Amino acid sequence: MSKKSKRAKKRYDGRKPDELRPLRIESGVLPNADGSAYIEMGRNKIIVGVFGPREMHPKRLSKPNMATLRCRYHMAPFSVDPRRSPAPSRRDNEISMVMRYALEPAVFLERYPRSVIDVYAEILEADGGTRTACINAASVALVDAGIPMRDLVASCAAGKMDGQLVLDLGDYEDKEGEADVPLAYMPKSEQVTLLQMDGILSQEDFNGCIDMAIEGCKQVYEVQREALKKKYGLEEGEAN
Amino acid sequence: MSSNVGIASRLKRNKITEVVASGKRMDGRDLLDYRNIQIKTGVLEKAEGSAEAYLGNTRVLVGIKFGIGFPFEDTPDKGVLMTNAEFTPIAHPTFEPGPPDERSIELARVVDRGLRSAEILDLKKLCLVNGKKVLMVYVDIYVLSYDGNLIDCSAMAAIAALKTAKMPVYTVKDETVTLTKKTKAVKLNKEPLAVSIVKIGDSLLVDPSADEEEVMDARITVSLDEKGNVCTIQKTGSVGFTREELRNVVQIAAEKVEELRKNI
Amino acid sequence: MSAKFENRDLVIPGDVLFEGRIRTGDNTFRSDGTVSASRIGLVNYNRGTVSVISLEAGFNPLSGDLVIGEVVDIDLGRWIVDIGATENAYLNIQDAIDAPFRSDIVMLEILDVGETIIAKIVDMDRRRTPILSILGPGLGKVKEGFIFRITPSKIPRLIGKKGSMVNMILKETGCNVVIGQNGKILIQGRSRENEMMVVKVIEKIEREAHISGLTTRVQEYLKELKEEIE
Repeated sequence: MSKKSKRAKKRYDGRKPDELRPLRIESGVLPNADGSAYIEMGRNKIIVGVFGPREMHPKRLSKPNMATLRCRYHMAPFSVDPRRSPAPSRRDNEISMVMRYALEPAVFLERYPRSVIDVYAEILEADGGTRTACINAASVALVDAGIPMRDLVASCAAGKMDGQLVLDLGDYEDKEGEADVPLAYMPKSEQVTLLQMDGILSQEDFNGCIDMAIEGCKQVYEVQREALKKKYGLEEGEAN
Repeated sequence: MSSNVGIASRLKRNKITEVVASGKRMDGRDLLDYRNIQIKTGVLEKAEGSAEAYLGNTRVLVGIKFGIGFPFEDTPDKGVLMTNAEFTPIAHPTFEPGPPDERSIELARVVDRGLRSAEILDLKKLCLVNGKKVLMVYVDIYVLSYDGNLIDCSAMAAIAALKTAKMPVYTVKDETVTLTKKTKAVKLNKEPLAVSIVKIGDSLLVDPSADEEEVMDARITVSLDEKGNVCTIQKTGSVGFTREELRNVVQIAAEKVEELRKNI
Repeated sequence: MSAKFENRDLVIPGDVLFEGRIRTGDNTFRSDGTVSASRIGLVNYNRGTVSVISLEAGFNPLSGDLVIGEVVDIDLGRWIVDIGATENAYLNIQDAIDAPFRSDIVMLEILDVGETIIAKIVDMDRRRTPILSILGPGLGKVKEGFIFRITPSKIPRLIGKKGSMVNMILKETGCNVVIGQNGKILIQGRSRENEMMVVKVIEKIEREAHISGLTTRVQEYLKELKEEIE
């Protein structure tokens, strides 16, 4: 019996294996930021604010030929159960770094030598896959800020739970599943800019996860596009 | 988009002072008008209580979390109320990430004093095992957007969040504390709210915007309960208030707090 | 060879605007034989050039731009001015006072930190830092009025063709308005009501800059606002 003919198992929240959690993105939500976006991905609730390009201080850390993209992933104390300290943890620092690697290829950093673009992600509520949600919101916020980009970056995780490959893992699947593969993807350039893995998978399953995550990213991209257009009151395809 | 930290623009200061002296604000409000207020409760699922308050472009999210911890040494039979404030860097181009600075500490402490002085909760009822385990109540103030008057906004959000919070219920047997699946509604004894008044020249204004806070001479925040009792006062700024001004301040605060109460 | 969108469609970064050979204008980039958008905006196909009219962009300083800025620091022989660009601009002493150099010049008596100026960008130095001058008609220290800010990319809409939009506003409100290319606008009015009218109109233009028929709408809006005052 091939894998495809096995009946798909329902997941903890009733979703099909290749179904994303409910996804909602809104752009331009913070009046004081140069660009911003709010995302709800399942129960995740995250706001991202972008400032820049602006002068970098201290100047000695700036790069002579390009802008520095500075990302900060930060969780509110009430975002998880039990409450956590507001001080940044090592995990926060690592995620800040992979966010930067995921977004950098999309931004024309060379246009703004010696300056900094600050991307601040505030996690108000966390429920698995926060790093992918952050990247999705950050892409929209960067565009909202008018920063020149080659492409958007969409992000999604795939993994294995109860013996089947699943898309967009929730907190429960993150903790109880066999593997978690977060991925970020530039849809027009077709490049993967973030790839991580937690758990253990056969090579076949690993490749399956990558394919599944890329498909998930394409779906996320449509939502990002709508969010950006919505701010101008124009629906898809409407001429001006 | 370089940010300008520190010295207020002279033009801004002159214009605001001139406009305020004529009895109006830059955004068209009267001196004693609040901006548009909107409060939403239950906005977070993982927090036991939550509320988001919008005051003009100022936006504050308060989350209430409960936990178990050690009581303070001098009050072994009382639960612990802790208030913390975070000025997130998304709130304003001049806010930098990092540990709390004096402004966020002041915000946390003023809101905390308002809650504590009014004795909104009977902390003795939160004791589980005398001297060893008590219920901790965490009030986390998260500033998402800054356009002045964080104190009033945070106090409203804190009260709204506490009022609608669901407290966990524990059973205690021989010093062992077990969490039950039940929750109970939080009952507040009082609902203290804050009214902040700033002085610009000889004028007193409520609900300052960020620009007005930048050019203000001084500010007083008065916290009052439903009966009009004064629970807390905080004065900030280098200029003094006259006795007459202080009388006005308390009167203005007492009137305005009733308007604010309608939003909770 | 083909255009992938209709003129004035809303496009986002990465959208392929044209396949084949064409001249590229603002907010676009070439890759693999196609031209794509680099910013969110309205695509414009015009006389062999494809460009994107950006809806959200920071201020890109160019020589000749009129800007409104604030002095943030005083250096030796020059002031540092915040004009809302990626970096601060310099105003050298010889571009601020039209007199031979004297050793007893006290810079802060001429311009202090926190003061506002109307200036022209006269040059960009080797590191692309804007160099300003306040010598010239209409330039110099601002003594009264207030500054209102909008997204720099909407300034052309506020000015209008040959100044038509801004002149209409000046005429109907009786206020003096100086528009900086950096998105900062100086408003000086006879009365507070008139000043607020100008602010409301500018806010409307900023919100609806991308929707055609703006001039007529603004005309009607001005009429409404004037009636409210009277």
